[in-house]
Amino acid sequence: MNIRQQCKEGILTKNPVLVQLLGMCSSLAITTSLFNGLGMGLSVTIILICSNVMISALRKVIPSNIRIAAYIVIIAGFVTMVDLLLQAFLPDLSENLGVFIPLIVVNCIILGRAEAFASKNGVLASAFDGLFMGIGYTLAITAMSIVRELLGSGTFGGGILNGGEGIRIIPEGYPAMLLIMPVGGFLMLGCLIAAFQFAMKKMKAKEEAK
Amino acid sequence: MSAYVQSLLGILLSAILTENFILVKFYGICPFMGVSKKSDTALGMGMAVTFVMGIASAATWAVNALLLIPLKLEYMQTVAFILVIAAIVQVVEMFLKKSMPSLYQALGIYLPLITTNCAVLGAALVNVQKGYDFLQSVVFGVCGGLGFTLAIVLFASVRERSDKADCPECFQGFPIALISAGLLALAFMGFSGLKIF
Repeated sequence: MNIRQQCKEGILTKNPVLVQLLGMCSSLAITTSLFNGLGMGLSVTIILICSNVMISALRKVIPSNIRIAAYIVIIAGFVTMVDLLLQAFLPDLSENLGVFIPLIVVNCIILGRAEAFASKNGVLASAFDGLFMGIGYTLAITAMSIVRELLGSGTFGGGILNGGEGIRIIPEGYPAMLLIMPVGGFLMLGCLIAAFQFAMKKMKAKEEAK
Repeated sequence: MSAYVQSLLGILLSAILTENFILVKFYGICPFMGVSKKSDTALGMGMAVTFVMGIASAATWAVNALLLIPLKLEYMQTVAFILVIAAIVQVVEMFLKKSMPSLYQALGIYLPLITTNCAVLGAALVNVQKGYDFLQSVVFGVCGGLGFTLAIVLFASVRERSDKADCPECFQGFPIALISAGLLALAFMGFSGLKIF
């Protein structure tokens, strides 16, 4: 499998959030500001690359009947490292994401890629698979964060830009608070997946028309 | 009524209604979406989760208080907890198979899925974060599981009907399910602010 195809699969045709519907706990819970979405996306990407590489390198050593337990321990190790690093260098992000950082351990994306890809393919291919799947996840949840933050609290880039305040686009009092609440997470992800399915269908129809 | 019993009742109320695991806290969305096509399978999954969460909350509290804290290994919590949970799920599965075959028949297929259910690990981590003692942890675990069951059974009943509804083509399947989950979450928002005192 070549890199271009892997890239297309990770970001579009097999996007972990929008097509495979994996790892939804985190994509619903933390997408309330650009800072949180981007931070979560990058943490997952890093863990995904590391665990894919490690599992792929050890794939001939791990006995197949205890492989799931072995994968979980490897993943938990990397998650702990990222958790401690965030606590040390980005305490704000660590506080915002809270329990969802340790919960990356049971994020189905990572275990899913370990089982479906890294346990069958070489180290380099697995690293690229982790990178592109991570980018696909990051893009999806960042898009969701931007929309939810814009409509829910009326700002862009809260936590990073403008000294942490974010750039205010909709004046105070107008944004629909509902969207940064749990309800908004479900509604927004539903609409985002629907829009993605619509776009994919259009693209397919165009290709067939050629 | 003593303050301790009050705190237990508070945990009970918040875990089931005001801070419902699925609809407010977003723990365990994967099984919530995956196993909610029929209400009887949803009930089975909910019961299995409640059972494992109760045991796992007790066991992880013990591991944390008796092993990790005395040895100053708190930073290993995530790794230790997930191993304990995986082991519990395995033991529960074997125990049920031998001693309660009828219950095993009902819950069996859901048990392996529970290891990677974030509700179980989430409950264990929240117990530590909030500094609950043994009894509070167990109550939190069991009630969190009951809240999970309540949400998944309600949602499955909604979904049985919405699957047959005629909705726009691009909303079919998961998008419409997510939107109905959103509406259910909206209903649960009505519970926020409820307190026992």
